[in-house]
Amino acid sequence: MAFTETATRPGPVDRLRDALPKLVLSPTVAIVAIFVYGFIVFTFYLSFTNSRILPQFGWVGWQNYENLFRIRAWDTAVTNLIIFGSLYIIICCALGLLLAILLDQRIRAEGFIRTIYLYPMALSFIVTGVAWKWFLDPGIGLEAVVRGWGWESFTFGWIKDREMAIYTIVIAAVWQTSGFVMAMFLAGLRGIDSEMMKAAQIDGASTFALYRRIVIPQLRPAFMSAFVVLAHMAIKSYDLVIALTGGGPGTATELPATFMYSYTFTRNQMGIGAASAVIMLMTIAAIIVPYLWSELREKR
Amino acid sequence: MSTAPSVETGATAAPAVENRSRLFQFSPARIVLYAILAIFCIYYLLPLYVMVVNSLKPLSEITAGGMMALPQQWTLAPWGSAWSTAQVGVEATGLRPYFINSILMVVPAVAISTLLGALNGYVLTKWAFRGSTILFGLLLFGCFIPFQMVLIPMARMLGLMGLAGSVPGLVFVHLVYGIGFSTLYFRNYYAAFPTELVRAAQIDGAGFFTIFWRILLPSSGPIAVVCIIWQFTNIWNDFLFGASFSDFDSQPMTVALNNLVQSSTGVKEYNVHFAGAIMAALPTLLVYIVAGRFFVRGLMAGSVKG
Amino acid sequence: MGFLDIKQATKTYGSVKVLHETNIAVEEGEFLVLVGPSGCGKSTLLNMIAGLEAITSGEIAIRGRSMNGVKPADRNIAMVFQSYALYPNMTVKGNIAFGMEMHGIAKPEREKRIGQVADLLQISHLLDRKPGQLSGGQRQRVAMGRALVREPDVFLFDEPLSNLDAKLRVDMRTEIKKLHQKLGTTIVYVTHDQIEALTLSTRIAVMFGGYVQQLGTPKEIYDNPANMFVAGFMGSPSMNLFPAKVVSANGAAAAEISLANGSAATIPFAGDRMSASVGRDIVLGIRPEAITDRDGADRNSKAIHIVEAPVEVTEPAGSDTFVVSQIGGKDVTGRFRADVAVKAGDVFPFAFNMEKAVAFDPESEQRIA
Repeated sequence: MAFTETATRPGPVDRLRDALPKLVLSPTVAIVAIFVYGFIVFTFYLSFTNSRILPQFGWVGWQNYENLFRIRAWDTAVTNLIIFGSLYIIICCALGLLLAILLDQRIRAEGFIRTIYLYPMALSFIVTGVAWKWFLDPGIGLEAVVRGWGWESFTFGWIKDREMAIYTIVIAAVWQTSGFVMAMFLAGLRGIDSEMMKAAQIDGASTFALYRRIVIPQLRPAFMSAFVVLAHMAIKSYDLVIALTGGGPGTATELPATFMYSYTFTRNQMGIGAASAVIMLMTIAAIIVPYLWSELREKR
Repeated sequence: MSTAPSVETGATAAPAVENRSRLFQFSPARIVLYAILAIFCIYYLLPLYVMVVNSLKPLSEITAGGMMALPQQWTLAPWGSAWSTAQVGVEATGLRPYFINSILMVVPAVAISTLLGALNGYVLTKWAFRGSTILFGLLLFGCFIPFQMVLIPMARMLGLMGLAGSVPGLVFVHLVYGIGFSTLYFRNYYAAFPTELVRAAQIDGAGFFTIFWRILLPSSGPIAVVCIIWQFTNIWNDFLFGASFSDFDSQPMTVALNNLVQSSTGVKEYNVHFAGAIMAALPTLLVYIVAGRFFVRGLMAGSVKG
Repeated sequence: MGFLDIKQATKTYGSVKVLHETNIAVEEGEFLVLVGPSGCGKSTLLNMIAGLEAITSGEIAIRGRSMNGVKPADRNIAMVFQSYALYPNMTVKGNIAFGMEMHGIAKPEREKRIGQVADLLQISHLLDRKPGQLSGGQRQRVAMGRALVREPDVFLFDEPLSNLDAKLRVDMRTEIKKLHQKLGTTIVYVTHDQIEALTLSTRIAVMFGGYVQQLGTPKEIYDNPANMFVAGFMGSPSMNLFPAKVVSANGAAAAEISLANGSAATIPFAGDRMSASVGRDIVLGIRPEAITDRDGADRNSKAIHIVEAPVEVTEPAGSDTFVVSQIGGKDVTGRFRADVAVKAGDVFPFAFNMEKAVAFDPESEQRIA
């Protein structure tokens, strides 16, 4: 073949060819550098300034953070996040695991049932919010329906109740995401070596013991993934609150995400808004960074 | 061996405990099992049922406490109203213009982020260099940050770029924050793609783009479908960026729906709200039902397993 | 200067040197096998010849032209991979044509060459199939076809038979050997299977720990291993290696060995090559086929010596029976005729063919004589 005679010294064309992979990656790198990390730095900086309606650069030190923790609404938002987050994660995991185990019993029409459990995942939180908002509305929803069926004293007005409204958010959020958690656990279950299951059966383990002693301990990675995903979704929860309760009644269902938005864009307290965003980022980073670290290290 | 690497982790494979005889045998335990599964089906389907039946009945039937009942008088009027005449914000335009905004936003954002993700995944797995894993980690972390962190500077940046309050502006924002996930998908997929194929192609004389175009891309169908579905759902369903960076005439569907439902003027037309909600849900739902198999596989293949 | 010249080639990853200064000159038409356990550096060396991995220092040249910095595609080489690496989305024909297409060879010429190669390898009927529809052996042929059609200066094979089942592996081995004899091409072939190395090669490079331990013809490697590693690695069952002491008996050098029942025996060496080593501790190496029953011993050998030793285990293997005894605390296997009446516990005469014995230094593990 006649292609043996080529220059051995790398010319400009060769060097361009060698740099090509990095060149292809560079737009993404630039975008992430500016729009993720650059912006994080910028917002971080803003949280130490006297910014109000627009970014300003007067340095005020920790003052925004001090103010933030004095604001009652922030306190409510953080408390709500703890309640919402822990219930959301626990219920989703429990329900997801239960459904996954039930679906793993050689169910007929498994694919069909799985589709039904999973479809809420495809919906917007706004749609979910609208559906549950009116379904839980005492005037026309569940309460009115049950009363219409003859149970005149039935009350279910959580969504209008300052104490209970946060739990309606849990209900709607669990409805939306538990199917997804189920899918994660199901994948974990299917990944377990079937010979080990056979061995356990030969050892005389009951179905219950099989799951409790053999299967569930091996689902640790799935639990980890589910926890990380759910925790980060809880912290970022914004759309659902807006659509379901609008943060109300009053400020009863404010979460950090809605707090940040309203302080930054409607109350013109950009410095405080930025401070609250920084705290959200730190919380998420505390969960995500160790996870990503371990995942990417394993891969090597 | 050299068939396309599959992302399937066995979603449809045989369950772990082999026991065929159970299949046709209805013990009491099996009946309870199916009953529980059926109850959960009802739980997950109930809100959808509520939305559908109430979008097809006159308002009076809902306010009279008939939310769970089938319509006594079937009507498509709420749908017509939600589509073209309902008051969204200030104007009585219905949701139609916003639906179109969403389409105009989602198509280019999905197309570009998927293509870039594929190229990135290709570079990060088959042309890995010193520090590429760290780079990928940084990219991935960007997927998980609370977007509140970028709202303020992004608003300014869009202004500087002349994209503030426009659909192209939203496309740009979604592109920026969508690349991480599309890269993740393709990276994980290509990581399982035999490197020997790339080496063989190199020896055969194929260059960087030829290898991508002729060798990897033809085998990327499954993951492309997963990535497109994921991006489509996320971008279509987004509310935060839409609410933050759009004007009245560039709002996406989710924001418009929220305005429709939250507007405090006049009577609350629940049936119209439900019709609007279904309209906002329909594209993603349709995608999910048509291509759901791939979606589930994709989720199971480790959308979140880094 | 050889056809393919490897001069002082090294490879370092970070601070780890995986290939130490290596010199091999391959003549045109040679079949060189790089053999060794995994991690010995053989695949690294092959990839460096292919240009898939950069050379850290030294030089690799083909036809006198330095290949340092030359892209794989421009080296005029072809490679057959362990997984065959057939492009799954292309037909067999597409796979074979791809390299020619990339090098801008006109379509009629491509068609002609594909036809020739397909005839040669008997894969004409498979040309329109996808790799997924082929059996392992067929894929192997296609992979070779893809390499052959390029008419390269050097063929590189990276463990091409290790994914095949045992029977097919033997058939394909023969086929590769025939192909080499017919086409006279230059081949560098990597394997961890010492039988493949012995049967296929014209020369073997035994590698371990990033060094070429020995480079030579199969016969040299087998009969005269340079050190204990090569002795143990090549041949199956592997060469017996056991401690012995060189003593002087009747004016000639002999090996004193200790048997399992506590007694000692002396066996005279053939010739006088060990005379200078009297008094030394050595490791004696004798292949199983040089330890036989009395009647099975090589009649042409002038140095057959009988040692009565206790039998520990017998392993009938059909054509032969392997008989194990302990010498110097090591299991030593002899290859007896199948119908010899011997059983565990017997004290039985073992015939040592000392013409085939080699001696190693126990410290350096290098060959003494």
